[in-house]
Amino acid sequence: MLTLQSKKQAYSALVIGVSAGGLAALEHLLPQLPQCFSLAIIVLQHRGENSVKSIDDSDEDFLVEYFKGRCSMPVFAATMGDKIKAGHIYIAPAQYHLLIEQQQTFSFSLEPPVNYALPSIDVLFESASHCYKNQLIGLILTGAISDGSQGLKMIKINGGLTIVQEPSTAEASFMPTAAIASHKVDHILPLKDISTFLINLTLKDQGDD
Amino acid sequence: MSEKLTEASPLITKESFKNVMNNIEIVDFEINLLLQAILFRYGYDFHHYARASITRRINNCMRKTGLNNISEMIAKILHEVDFFELFLKEMSVTVTEMFRDPKVFNTLRQQVFTQLKTYSRVNIWHAGCATGEEVYSVAIMLKEEGLLSRCRIYATDFNNHSLDIAEKAIYPAEKMAGFTHNYLLSGGKASFADYYQAKHRHAKMHSSLKEHITFANHNLMKDQSFAKMHLIICRNVLIYFDQVLQNKVLKVFQQSLLHRGYLLLGDKESLDFSGQSKNFLCIAKKEKIYQKINYD
Repeated sequence: MLTLQSKKQAYSALVIGVSAGGLAALEHLLPQLPQCFSLAIIVLQHRGENSVKSIDDSDEDFLVEYFKGRCSMPVFAATMGDKIKAGHIYIAPAQYHLLIEQQQTFSFSLEPPVNYALPSIDVLFESASHCYKNQLIGLILTGAISDGSQGLKMIKINGGLTIVQEPSTAEASFMPTAAIASHKVDHILPLKDISTFLINLTLKDQGDD
Repeated sequence: MSEKLTEASPLITKESFKNVMNNIEIVDFEINLLLQAILFRYGYDFHHYARASITRRINNCMRKTGLNNISEMIAKILHEVDFFELFLKEMSVTVTEMFRDPKVFNTLRQQVFTQLKTYSRVNIWHAGCATGEEVYSVAIMLKEEGLLSRCRIYATDFNNHSLDIAEKAIYPAEKMAGFTHNYLLSGGKASFADYYQAKHRHAKMHSSLKEHITFANHNLMKDQSFAKMHLIICRNVLIYFDQVLQNKVLKVFQQSLLHRGYLLLGDKESLDFSGQSKNFLCIAKKEKIYQKINYD
């Protein structure tokens, strides 16, 4: 069946915003994506008390190292000026807002927290939407604050695709619930179905070309 | 918040008009006009700022000042100098604290200050000092290493409002606990409370620290170097610039540093893509400390 979203529209990037409970959710999702997955993926995981507990919280590279060993796709820390490449996973840093520039490169900002979050999902999603427009997919997963709703809505307004984890399958349902309340989300999916959905969607993209 | 920017206003969706710009393009167009207005009116060239982050700041400024769109802001910028002052303030709002990234300060103390002790006079340039927290952090460390009396610290920023705060050296008392924690982690040798006086809800840094600091307005977008330096500290400033402006600023730093002088950058900044990497030796990769090795 053709839906609005499966009309000919090639996606270039996927931004993922995730907070409390994120490590388990990402661990479920990211390793299932095949090495040949065609989108660039930018992951923003809030760090701190309720989200990721690493042995050394100050260790910036913890998440990168963690997923490097578990994913088929190559995993990198987002670095200033880095050209974002298809098929790569980039992890946002812990202490800076991450933005995407028009040239599809990363930049950082040290402005105060947005939605009590630094880095903020809204900041990433809004700049990503400005850059990728209708070629962007936004995904909100588990979390206990409302960060990301505005950014996800912006992705929708600019013609991109929005997906939210079905709140009942989220370790913390507040963030996905807030995202669903912010606009008419394209897809609300249980965590276990998201990777298959993304793979099918991108395969369809390629088939359309 | 941002719908204002992207949802079409009724005027341009009327069928009688040919709508050739989408809302993202309208905002980009407005920002170009705004940056040009600022350049012509005040000589500040923001064109080489990282676009996504300056767009964000402009939008924040628009919201805070109750304006409906960036076009309205252009008029205010052109006709109200006070508004431009406010705009500048918004452009440099940043998160800062004393001894931010304690490890960096510890390494600076261990690896750089030990070397600076071999000079009889030491010039330090703190470029983009914002509200001064890091300048006082450095001054405290220099004092503990017995270096402060022979140092001149030039603390510069393009934002006069920030410089005023830095010069007053008064910070909210509730921040002192966090600063103290950082101070200890950074290898502080005394008691942090010795360096400030708490009064009501404020803490004023000791004037003995300030005696060796010269605060001045300096704009990295256009101003050149002004003295030969032993150490340049510029953290979390380059992240806001595009590669062109980063290169230009790094060249100014390179020219301003004495042979074997040191450069300290922010956590996310590096010389890697700058063309300056050949002129510097990286002496602490994680802490982003570089040493100048080549003559021009």
